[in-house]
Amino acid sequence: MIRGVIIINDQGKPRLIKFYEFQPPDKQQELVRSIYRVLCSRAENVSNFVKADSLFGPDVRLVYKTFATLYFVFIFDKSENELAMIDLMQVFVETLNKCFREVCELDIVFNFYKVHMILDEIILGGQVLETSSEEVANAVDAISRLEKNANSMIPSIPGWQR
Amino acid sequence: MNPFSSGTRLRDMIRAIRACKTAAEERAVVRKECASIRASISENDQDYMHRNLAKLMFIHMLGYPTHFGQMECLKLIASPGFPEKRIGYLGLMLLLDERQEVLMLVTNSIKQDLNHTNQYIVGLALCALGNICSAEMARDLAPEVERLLQFRDPNIRKKAALCTIRIIKKVPHLAENFINTAAALLKEKHHGVLITGAQLCTDMCKVSTEAHEHFRKKCLDGVVKLLRDLANSPYAPEYDISGITDPLLHIRLLRLLHVLGHGDADASDSMNDVLAQVATKTETNKNAGNAILYECVSTIMNIEDNGGLRVLAVNILGRFLSSRDNNIRYVALNMLMKAISLDSQAVQRHRATILECVKDTDASIRKRALELVYLLVNESNAKPLTKELVDYLEVSDPEFKGDLTAKICLIVEKFSPEKLWYIDQMVKVLSEAGNYVKDEVWHALIVVITNAPNLHGYTVRALYKAVQKSNEQETLVRVTVWCIGEYGEMLVGNAGMLDVEDPITVTEAEAVDLVETAIKRHSSDLTTQAMCLIALLKLSSRYPSCAKRINDIVLHQKGSLVLELQQRAIEFNSIIEKHGKIRSALVERMPVLDEATYSGRRAGSVPAVVSTSLGTQPKMSNGVAKPTSAPLVDLLDLGSDDVQAPSSSGGDFLNDLLGVDLSPASPVSGTNNQAPKNGTDALLDLLSIGAPTAQSSSSMLDMLSSEQDNKRSEGLLDNFASLSTSSAVSSSSMMDLLDGFGTSSSVPVAETGGPSYPSVVAFESSLLKVTFNFSKESGNPQTTIIEAQFVNKSPDIYSNFIFQAAVPKFLQLHLEPASGNTLPASGNGSITQKLKVSNSQHGKKSLVMRVRINYKANGEDVLEDGQISNFPHGL
Repeated sequence: MIRGVIIINDQGKPRLIKFYEFQPPDKQQELVRSIYRVLCSRAENVSNFVKADSLFGPDVRLVYKTFATLYFVFIFDKSENELAMIDLMQVFVETLNKCFREVCELDIVFNFYKVHMILDEIILGGQVLETSSEEVANAVDAISRLEKNANSMIPSIPGWQR
Repeated sequence: MNPFSSGTRLRDMIRAIRACKTAAEERAVVRKECASIRASISENDQDYMHRNLAKLMFIHMLGYPTHFGQMECLKLIASPGFPEKRIGYLGLMLLLDERQEVLMLVTNSIKQDLNHTNQYIVGLALCALGNICSAEMARDLAPEVERLLQFRDPNIRKKAALCTIRIIKKVPHLAENFINTAAALLKEKHHGVLITGAQLCTDMCKVSTEAHEHFRKKCLDGVVKLLRDLANSPYAPEYDISGITDPLLHIRLLRLLHVLGHGDADASDSMNDVLAQVATKTETNKNAGNAILYECVSTIMNIEDNGGLRVLAVNILGRFLSSRDNNIRYVALNMLMKAISLDSQAVQRHRATILECVKDTDASIRKRALELVYLLVNESNAKPLTKELVDYLEVSDPEFKGDLTAKICLIVEKFSPEKLWYIDQMVKVLSEAGNYVKDEVWHALIVVITNAPNLHGYTVRALYKAVQKSNEQETLVRVTVWCIGEYGEMLVGNAGMLDVEDPITVTEAEAVDLVETAIKRHSSDLTTQAMCLIALLKLSSRYPSCAKRINDIVLHQKGSLVLELQQRAIEFNSIIEKHGKIRSALVERMPVLDEATYSGRRAGSVPAVVSTSLGTQPKMSNGVAKPTSAPLVDLLDLGSDDVQAPSSSGGDFLNDLLGVDLSPASPVSGTNNQAPKNGTDALLDLLSIGAPTAQSSSSMLDMLSSEQDNKRSEGLLDNFASLSTSSAVSSSSMMDLLDGFGTSSSVPVAETGGPSYPSVVAFESSLLKVTFNFSKESGNPQTTIIEAQFVNKSPDIYSNFIFQAAVPKFLQLHLEPASGNTLPASGNGSITQKLKVSNSQHGKKSLVMRVRINYKANGEDVLEDGQISNFPHGL
């Protein structure tokens, strides 16, 4: 099971926090801080896996990758294939790229709800839902269209469209 | 309208927060926003609700409290519009949790949305349910989800499948309702449905044996065929991840096979072919391909044995190890760690590659590889593997040296074929990384050295040479200094040369130089300095020509700021200058500590071991005097160490050493009632011998002082030990004593828990007899419990019997109620009464007591009184 997905920027600011098991808000912040500490002290040219037993309990690992100014982190337990997690992260990033056309940190900051929407089409309840970025992008497009149409019916809300 | 709510848009708020320079500014912005959102909520401002909630989610991500928005999520979910619902469900997943009562309220809304005509709204509800479903919700909503597993749109079916996983995790017995619908998912064409369906089946197997059986019987062939088709399928661009078709589906199917094949030989058999196919045909130049291979290996390792496949799997891992990708090496090492218990032969074949990984640039890989190498070591390969590791020790990173050293030491200790090799390897390790060697490792080395008399000369020379090269390694210096102290004459005399050894010429002065350098080095710690001091004392006897110079060095330590060193310097100085006669006997070699005993103690982690095995240290007496409820055997062990070394120089020396004057100790015959002398009491205190009875220890010590013959006293100790362990009695002349002791207490020594004392007749007249029985509270030697027994000697019955007692000030007396106040005539019964006496001058003064007894006999009051001073000693 995937325990959580976190995006942090290189300053340690959280850009996306999604846990698939309940964590109280304080604990979430603490986990993000500890993960950031671990990640920035990692040397280059080392594996992308970090043992996270001390943070999440036995056999929990995290895999991270840096994309420009962002760390993408997946937290998962032993029922997941480590290498597949790297692939899944690839799917996530590719989909972000499709949906935002060359995604950058600001896209994620200002559209964090849309990032959640994309993530929810890839991972549901800690399990892999879909691995085709094409399919994910289509689903997200459909939802966005639906929202736009609904909004055009209720024009009184400014600034909600992307 | 609320003046705040028309304010900022989400985008503006994010911008404002991002513009903050300090945390305080950020807090201020967030506070203002939260205030406006609260105001908007209290005004029930529906128009801005979902924008406010979006803001709250952002604020929540930054770690600020947002609980006040929780109820708004429910309102949004219940509203009809899609955007409201979407943001409401998102808020539900992020801001709420399954433990809150709010969830009870949302169940109904979710139920309605699961039945909604708009499939996207159904999708939203499923997504939220899959993330936050509680046990109650699972029970309520399982039928809806089951129905959605057969929904026309595959996007809904795949979400329903994952939702089901959450449901059966929360309420496992619901799994049985889903077996058929879950099995049907495996017959689909849609990749997303297959991925989620395979995952659902895997998870159902974990919670339900019924499901497990069903899938094994009905679905196994289907899954095998699915995997085969997938492996053979042409390239499908929409499911491509870096050039491999749908690796996740491969992995999910393999994982399902893993679960189905585990523990079932037939099932395992039917999947062998397809596993072999995947293992051989998958491309390995991409991460995705390796992910499939890795999962395939994991499946092969876990299904029932097929030797050929396992070798194939281990070979794949071996290939992974030479990959340039760190991640792949990392997972391969993890898997090999598991594989080693299944097929260690197959893993052994990749030893060389694994050994290379110990030298990896990635610390986490190095660490794993080292663990793995340790698991691979056996008798046959210990030597070459150790050589590799020791060689690498020279060039390894400092932060890795600790781990590496610990493992090498473990390997060397566990697998050393002969002592020479062990000592050689340890000398190498100490020279390269002595500062990383743990204390118990070099202690063990010293024990091994003392137990190898034919290697003493070789070892001390090897160590001497090693220190010449690297004198910065603390533990190397310690071991060397200890060995020079013990075997100094073998260093200069080239005694006990081995064939393999190059002769070296070392003068006495050079050996002393080494010790002097060590003691004067600023970085030397207290232990090293203390060891140097003792080595110097020993060398003063071994190298008479250097005695003067050694004395100077020792004297120099009189100025040491450390009290311990200062004191020893003065003592050793006096031994060197004034006690030439006893010096050589005093500094004889340490007795050999039995290796088995040592390792046994190490296993039991008794810290006192250190001071006994290095008994030359001035701290020895401290080590012995360690307060102990120690088993008797241990005590005797220590005792024999003590006795052997000094006894050749005579009993007087023993007394000196222990700082107790035993000379007036009478040459007693060992009668049991012989009261112990004060001197032996003090000695007992010093040694903290608590366990044996007073008689036994006093007689033992009497023997020590009276018997000058070393062998006999050793014999006594041996007998004593055998008595205490098995009460086997030998016919030694000394055994009479111990025999007597054995019968008098009639209980095994170790079990009495404290000394016992003879009963005394405390008071006797023509009419009355009073007997005292004594016992001690364990752990409280000062307090004596006296049980007084009164017996009537006259033919008359005594009534109103009262016993009173008084004691001097250094005693404290507590009388407990008597068992009665009527004493039958002519000894036909008795009264007993308990007295508790605490002696504040315990060990110095004996008990005394005045008693008064009142009773009525024949209608007349009788009063008797007297003084009791015949208490046994030591109460």
